[in-house]
Amino acid sequence: MKFKDYYEIIGVQRDASQDEIKRAYRRLARKYHPDVSKEADAEARFKEVGEAYEVLKDPEKRAAYDGLASGRQAGEEFQPPPNWERDFVFGDGGFTGASDFSDFFDALFGGAARHSRGARHNVQMPGEDRQVRVTISLEEAYRGTTRRVSLAVPELDAKGRIVTRDRTLSVKIPAGVIEGQRIRVAGQGAPGMGGAPQGDLYFIVDILRHRLFRPERRDIYLDLPVTPWEAALGASVKVPTLGGAVDLKIPKGSQTGRKLRLKERGLPGNPPGDQYAVLKIVTPGADTPELESLYRRLAEAAPLNPRAELEA
Amino acid sequence: MAVIRLTTVQVLDERIEFSLSDVCRTCCISAETVIDMVAEGVVEPLGGGPDNWRFTGANLVRVQTALRLQNDLRVNLPGAALALELLEEIDELRRRVHRLSADWPD
Repeated sequence: MKFKDYYEIIGVQRDASQDEIKRAYRRLARKYHPDVSKEADAEARFKEVGEAYEVLKDPEKRAAYDGLASGRQAGEEFQPPPNWERDFVFGDGGFTGASDFSDFFDALFGGAARHSRGARHNVQMPGEDRQVRVTISLEEAYRGTTRRVSLAVPELDAKGRIVTRDRTLSVKIPAGVIEGQRIRVAGQGAPGMGGAPQGDLYFIVDILRHRLFRPERRDIYLDLPVTPWEAALGASVKVPTLGGAVDLKIPKGSQTGRKLRLKERGLPGNPPGDQYAVLKIVTPGADTPELESLYRRLAEAAPLNPRAELEA
Repeated sequence: MAVIRLTTVQVLDERIEFSLSDVCRTCCISAETVIDMVAEGVVEPLGGGPDNWRFTGANLVRVQTALRLQNDLRVNLPGAALALELLEEIDELRRRVHRLSADWPD
């Protein structure tokens, strides 16, 4: 396993005071809290920072860690010294939801925790919930989909200890989920202690960026390029939607930015979303003498000051 | 490796409703905690009085987020309620930026 530099993770010097460590930890916890941060690795960073603080906040664990850390660099290959667990017996310093700290933490400080947890057989404690992000395409959000997710699933072994086993879960994601949607699967979280109920598993949906469509909750926005004559004279054009192409009537006298609604052509729901086609007029260049003369005639025939509102 | 099929899933949106006792059981919290959150305006259940309250899936997500903010960041209930409101406002602005600019929000 790789050596972890807990000081580097928290962003403090090795001789930092307990107060400095606490301040740095709280700042990072706020920054990387998965409910607050939109960074992709926020959850991993939040756990890593929590793990580092779990060690550094406890003077006994910190002293033991300092003994090991001297002369070592983050990322270098590491094995705990022989007799480590016998030489250091850590009191149960109160675990703050430490169920999924790293192997590195577990090798150094996990023994005491495992032991004391196993001994607490009379305590009833519901299992922790788990959150897993799943990424799907917008088309999948529209139609519904199935995803296979491989997870280390916590279980209780015969002695009542928590062990993790790799499991592949297949989850059906119904049609009409939106960005950030949470999907609950009851009873697939961590096992409870002393007969208390198992936690739940939550999937958090991320939707991939789409080439054409921009979702806003259940509504879908599409930029629809049109010619000046389609906008001025009106036209019927084919417009892509998630359910397939549909005909859209462009009203006579439309301008760039006009939003035309295709009712209930967005993501399914109750009510379903709409699709909005946002018109964007595309003009041909005056690339030939004929086109140039046509533009000049248009300028004479349709005098227009589009900047009237800008004038004082 | 065997694949476990998860067939019973709940999409936590406005189409699903939970009673007060469902919320307490799902979040492992007391009715008083939920009642405090309603009083603080963290969630607004439908129906009059705790016995008839109905919480949407989105309400449940808010309750859970408020709990995590309180437990993980040591903020009190009014602080969690404020953080939730600001986070939702940021989400709304991100969505608007995305819709207008065609750039995926960062």
